[in-house]
Amino acid sequence: MVWRSHEYDDIPGTYVFDGRRAHPSYELNKLLYSFNEERNRESFEQDPAAYCDQFGVSGDYKTAVLENDFLRMLRLGANIYYMAKMAIPRGVSVQDAGAAFQGISTEIFKDNLLSHGSDLQQKLSEKEGYWHG
Amino acid sequence: MASILGGITSSHIPAVGNAIAEGKTQEPYWKRFFDGYEPAKAWLDAVKPDVLIVVYNDHGLNFFLDKVPTFALGCADVYENADEGWGLKPVAPFTGDAEFSWHLAESLVEQEFDICTCQEMKVDHGFVNPIRALYGNREEGSGDSWPIKTIPLAVNTVQHPVPSAARCLKLGQALGKAIESYPEDLRVVILGTGGMSHQLQGERAGLINVDFDLECMERIISEPEWMTQFSNAEIMAQAGTEGIETIMWLVMRGALADDAKLIHKHYHVPISNTGAGVLVLENERLSY
Repeated sequence: MVWRSHEYDDIPGTYVFDGRRAHPSYELNKLLYSFNEERNRESFEQDPAAYCDQFGVSGDYKTAVLENDFLRMLRLGANIYYMAKMAIPRGVSVQDAGAAFQGISTEIFKDNLLSHGSDLQQKLSEKEGYWHG
Repeated sequence: MASILGGITSSHIPAVGNAIAEGKTQEPYWKRFFDGYEPAKAWLDAVKPDVLIVVYNDHGLNFFLDKVPTFALGCADVYENADEGWGLKPVAPFTGDAEFSWHLAESLVEQEFDICTCQEMKVDHGFVNPIRALYGNREEGSGDSWPIKTIPLAVNTVQHPVPSAARCLKLGQALGKAIESYPEDLRVVILGTGGMSHQLQGERAGLINVDFDLECMERIISEPEWMTQFSNAEIMAQAGTEGIETIMWLVMRGALADDAKLIHKHYHVPISNTGAGVLVLENERLSY
């Protein structure tokens, strides 16, 4: 019994969502997926611990859910898209999660994103045929 | 016979749908991004497709991780959008073309693409947002309906193993043959969605690679085989884990003629966490 290694394991700061991550976090992701439905979101709110038990979410996974610790959930193998179903209604955006991973504020994270656009017009003008409005 | 008029590529970022629904498309952050769709809209107005085949990935609305089909084709009369957990108002249902879908499914399997057929399929932001960017909003319950039929073709880009760029290009080539062997005179446009570079998780979250995005756009226009030299690990190293979605553009490209003509090329960065590209390619054989 061994998880095979992959070329992508060496990409720094990156957790590729493959079987190795998806298998142990299956119950957690199933709980997160259930939040597509409003009645499930309400049911969770009424008794979060019991809701975790219902999905077989236990140990560190349960603690992370009960503490709204989204960074920990991601480190434990929550899929980012599934995690967003719980985090976004609680005011935690995917950008907040990205900033937390880097240990920087969301404002700085967003500024870093905007910086990619600073020389865009020049880069596009070096290529031919891009729409410029 | 059915004909392929051309193809369009578009990112499918969730915030794009919010911006449309909230009427923010002319605000400074959004204006350049959305204005760059106008030539694509004008082209659609001119060529008037009957059917859009939308290549996208589901992000946990229709498919959970219990069953993850690598390729899944909608084979129904209607496809509904739904709440993805964020409490946003869904858009109006999309009309399908079941007979055409089943023809595509049969032809693809005959060509050894053993796809999953779906008689019920909810479509999420990956499918919906590019259509909203191109056709405007149609809210659920508004009484408005979409002006075209649509067929969803979902590609797994969420849970690895994910198909290779080479496989996606070959799927597109098979899809092209499947479309052009349908006996009805349908006018078809293929929409390749997703990407471009972005990474949402890990310490490398926030990665955007403008140079790689622009290189991909150029090569997808004229030499899509260039992308097939890369493993998915190599693409993710360059474009981020979620940037792997750009392989879905190759499904669109593979279905078009090798000498398809570039009509429009637009790139904007950032939208949310992402580099966002639009291509409009027209099959040379087309007359309208």
